[in-house]
Amino acid sequence: METTQLRTEPFVINLGPHHPSTHGVFRMRVVFDGEVVVDVEPMFGYLHRGIEKLAEGRTYTQIIPLTDRLDYLAAMSNNWGYVMAVEKLASVPVPERAEYLRIIVGEMMRISSHLLATGFLINELGAFFTPLMYMYREREKLLDLFDMLCGQRLTYNYMRVGGVSHDPPPEWWPAVKRFVQEMPSYIDDYENLITTNEIVLSRTKGVGVLSRELAINASASGPFLRASGIDWDLRRDDTYSIYNRFKFDIPIGTNGDVYDRYMCRVKEMRQSVRIIEQALQQVPKGEFRSNVPHLIRPPVGDVYGHIEAPRGELGFYLVSDNSIAPYRFHVRPSTMINLTTLRDLTIGWKLADLIVIFGSVDVVLGEIDR
Amino acid sequence: MIDIDNLKAAAQAGQTTFPPDWPGANPWLHALVYIVAIIAFTLIMILAFIYAERRGVARFQLRLGPNRAGPEGVLQAVADLVKLLLKEDIVPTLADKIVHLLAPVVATFPAMMIFAVVPLWGSGALLSDLDVGTLYVLAISSFGVLGVFMAGWASSNKYALISAMRGVAQMVSYEIPLVMALLSVVIMAGTLSLNGIVDNQDIPYLLLQPLAAVIYFLAMSAEVNRSPFDLLEAESEIIAGYHTEYSGMKFALFYVAEYGHAVAGMAIFATFFLSGWKGPVLPPILWLAIKMLIAFFISFWIRATLPRLRVDQLMGLGWKALLPLAVINVVITSIEVLFWPDGLTMWILVPVNFVIAAALVYIWSRTVSLRGGRVEIRTRTEIKTA
Repeated sequence: METTQLRTEPFVINLGPHHPSTHGVFRMRVVFDGEVVVDVEPMFGYLHRGIEKLAEGRTYTQIIPLTDRLDYLAAMSNNWGYVMAVEKLASVPVPERAEYLRIIVGEMMRISSHLLATGFLINELGAFFTPLMYMYREREKLLDLFDMLCGQRLTYNYMRVGGVSHDPPPEWWPAVKRFVQEMPSYIDDYENLITTNEIVLSRTKGVGVLSRELAINASASGPFLRASGIDWDLRRDDTYSIYNRFKFDIPIGTNGDVYDRYMCRVKEMRQSVRIIEQALQQVPKGEFRSNVPHLIRPPVGDVYGHIEAPRGELGFYLVSDNSIAPYRFHVRPSTMINLTTLRDLTIGWKLADLIVIFGSVDVVLGEIDR
Repeated sequence: MIDIDNLKAAAQAGQTTFPPDWPGANPWLHALVYIVAIIAFTLIMILAFIYAERRGVARFQLRLGPNRAGPEGVLQAVADLVKLLLKEDIVPTLADKIVHLLAPVVATFPAMMIFAVVPLWGSGALLSDLDVGTLYVLAISSFGVLGVFMAGWASSNKYALISAMRGVAQMVSYEIPLVMALLSVVIMAGTLSLNGIVDNQDIPYLLLQPLAAVIYFLAMSAEVNRSPFDLLEAESEIIAGYHTEYSGMKFALFYVAEYGHAVAGMAIFATFFLSGWKGPVLPPILWLAIKMLIAFFISFWIRATLPRLRVDQLMGLGWKALLPLAVINVVITSIEVLFWPDGLTMWILVPVNFVIAAALVYIWSRTVSLRGGRVEIRTRTEIKTA
């Protein structure tokens, strides 16, 4: 008997820019064969605001609020990376108390950012908002703490060249202490709910594997890189600020799949809590900002300052022509570079996996499009 | 739907097609009263389910849920309905207009039609005591996917089409374990009539048939698109699925259909496994409603807790786990009925069946794996030239 073969055609879907799981206005032109992803073409630029160009017309201090708008889920880290670059460029000293404050808020920011990253990842797996709502509860506490610190909940504008903008109010310290004490038990809660869940395991184990070679070749960074088993963290490997005074581990994964990325983030939250605990015990009294003129005129030259932001290596490249504004301001966006591996990760997986793998990269479009 | 001749004959013979205390034996009056009762009961239960789910899930998620419209927010669904009534009805330019219009209607009505054979408040208190009630239920419940497929096809939207395709695959796969699970209950009860099944159910079949209850619950969740099998409306993947292109009252009908199918599924669960309307003190119809709500509580508890399965894993669960378990359960039940026909009402079978169910589920959970799923695909140029 003759068998007739069904003729099938590839099927193109524009996933985004108004799709619920694209974390903003990201667009993927995906070719499907049935439910299987055949080709992915990422397209971005829908959130482009020209921040790099805007910055060239502003003084060094005025640029700080612009950096808030890059990775708006980790605004403190963006502030920090930028002011560190300027301090390097203009050789501004930073008082010790300010360094401790920066580390405390930077690690708090990391917890807050990872909470959202894991929460939305589980949501994209299809959980009906419950884990996300649990994580929002703790993020809310962090936002309240940031609010006490600088009056803002999302775009903080807290760091200054040579320090921070305010000393925390006296009631802030016990509030942070309480949060740090509570947080490990909350992380246990999430792990009970998610880590050993059979559906989560079958949806994430072995899915979207990023090989070591590809991770290095794509110059990936952050938890996305470490999940592939590469032990690389700027906090330890290119120590900035005073990170060498603290004891903390760098969690790394083994397979580089979605599950390892999730586990890396959860473990990093625990390490961040550890760092904050140590910093709270050591923080000295004194100035929170060194004496810096309003208009900074760094000497002619260029500088690259980078920090380990929650999503990876966040770098700022500044060129100074000895005027009050930078001649060139360039951002090395961590998530955009991580996202360049998307096509290799997703091809051959299904539509549902595409969304999950994209979520596990943990992108923020404000940083990608700038 | 209503076999008038049979009803007349039954009435003349003085049989219990009518509730014991029902005055008059006019089949038309009987049909009218029961149709009104079924529509009222179904709509009230749909509202109750919507309210229970929104408030219940909110509690799971550290939220309050709707609490403004009416006392404790009970009128929220009504407010939503009014809003949807006033919204513009949008039909995509490329849509198949007639199918697009008919789809929500086709999706909604099977949910109510199922209640024709469900005894509501007593033995014989149902629209039509069909001898093949169980077959009728299965036939009608698989009707719902037709509306879904019509909507997905007619919308001329790619997300809707994916959702419709998933819906058909899901329905075909899960119909079989569903039938098998109900079959083992039918073997125990010795009748296909839902009325007879409730009458024979002195010990709830949940206790006598734990495995069948679990399989039915899972397969039914897949049939009515409840989590973790809600691939048809997977918000994070295909936006709103088959009703992406629906607005206004048509969307409201789909919303009603979604909960209507849940109501029907839970009613069948309550009838087959929780002894239907039977219960002490409270009026029987209230017992039915309470049992449905308890079953639905488990459903939205799962929804609030578990992520979604992927489409191939869903198929794997259906074909590799639920179907063999259901078949084995049918065989075991048949043996039990064959060798101990008198033992069925005895409590001794309850622990035996629980042990068997636990052992089978344990074996399957150790052997069946749902992982994997990467497909080796051809390169871009190969696809273009093919």
